[in-house]
Amino acid sequence: MGFFRRDKKSAQSARERLQLVLIHDRTDLTPAELDVLKNELIAVIARHIHIDPDAVRIELEHEGREQRLVADIPLRNAEKRR
Amino acid sequence: MSAKVITVTSGKGGVGKTTTVANLAVALALTGDRVVCIDGDIGLRNLDVILGLENRIVYDLVDVVEGRCRLRQAMIRDKKLSNLFLIPAAQTRDKNAVSPSDMVRVCDELRPDFDWVLIDSPAGIERGFRYAIAPADQAIIVTNPEVSAVRDADRVIGLLEAEEKGSPSLIINRLDVNMVRRNEMLSAEDVVDLLAIRLIGIVPEDDRVLIASNRGRPVVLDEAAVTARVFQNIARRLKGEDVPFIDLGNRGLWSRLFSGRR
Ligand SMILES: Nc1ncnc2c1ncn2[C@@H]1O[C@H](COP(=O)(O)OP(=O)(O)OP(=O)(O)O)[C@@H](O)[C@H]1O
Ligand SMILES: [Mg+2]
Repeated sequence: MGFFRRDKKSAQSARERLQLVLIHDRTDLTPAELDVLKNELIAVIARHIHIDPDAVRIELEHEGREQRLVADIPLRNAEKRR
Repeated sequence: MSAKVITVTSGKGGVGKTTTVANLAVALALTGDRVVCIDGDIGLRNLDVILGLENRIVYDLVDVVEGRCRLRQAMIRDKKLSNLFLIPAAQTRDKNAVSPSDMVRVCDELRPDFDWVLIDSPAGIERGFRYAIAPADQAIIVTNPEVSAVRDADRVIGLLEAEEKGSPSLIINRLDVNMVRRNEMLSAEDVVDLLAIRLIGIVPEDDRVLIASNRGRPVVLDEAAVTARVFQNIARRLKGEDVPFIDLGNRGLWSRLFSGRR
């Protein structure tokens, strides 16, 4: 290993690129489509409960060959009733 | 006794399917099992030359399917191993000459007399792939540690799952340990993590594979080659043995000098 910072080794690029490509191949969702889906999900949820859209995390995860869409949506306390 | 039918497929072309079928067929036959391999690559016949049997062909798979000969007449016996047979592909026809149900019928006729039927699938995911996997009890995916080959392998695994062929086994071919060590090639672990199927073999990049194909004598018969042991071990795994993976990591100059003794 060198003393100077070097470009990322190509095996790591291959790994990272494949991780993304495979998720999207398997789900038949492009990254752009996934973004649209996330935004629509957030909008629907925000209509029913008070959330901070910036704190929402919605990601495709995989376990073995199974993909799942995992959402972590922190809820705000209902301080005031309207 | 009834044969197990195994189809070797990959999605991407040129990754080593034919090499794998030839070597596993010989390796299984060396253990005494009765083996027949079928060249499913109609129009691009290759398995015959890799096995060194090209001069013996009279009838082929399409002749069988179209009723011009009996199955037995299209089976070529290996020169040395009397328990190894090849059913060659037709060279002047195309993939439309065979259907999935034709392959199922041919394999059903072979099953009672053999322990193994190995099918060499053509590249791609079209008709040739479809008929090649139709009779399979199990599929083996061959890939190279390379982005496009792994991606295509993943697609084929998805198709096999959709066909309810169960989870296929994986052979990673042409791994260059020195490149992996320099972090310039995906490692076997990387590929297994990505594809998430059972690994049954890691075949190194080896000049002897080409030399073997020049001679028409599969590398598994080359006693000095590590790759010969690699294929023998894959055959043992297919037979249900739990065989540890060979450490390909110490292939420096020193061990290369002594590779004949390993
Ligand atoms: N482990 C290896 N080391 C070096 N060369 C190899 C190795 N495996 C295969 N090759 C070479 O790669 C080339 C392609 O191999 P092969 O014909 O087995 O692939 P294939 O998947 O059957 O191709 P196709 O999709 O065209 O049928 C051949 O020239 C072969 O000699
Ligand atoms: Mg081939």
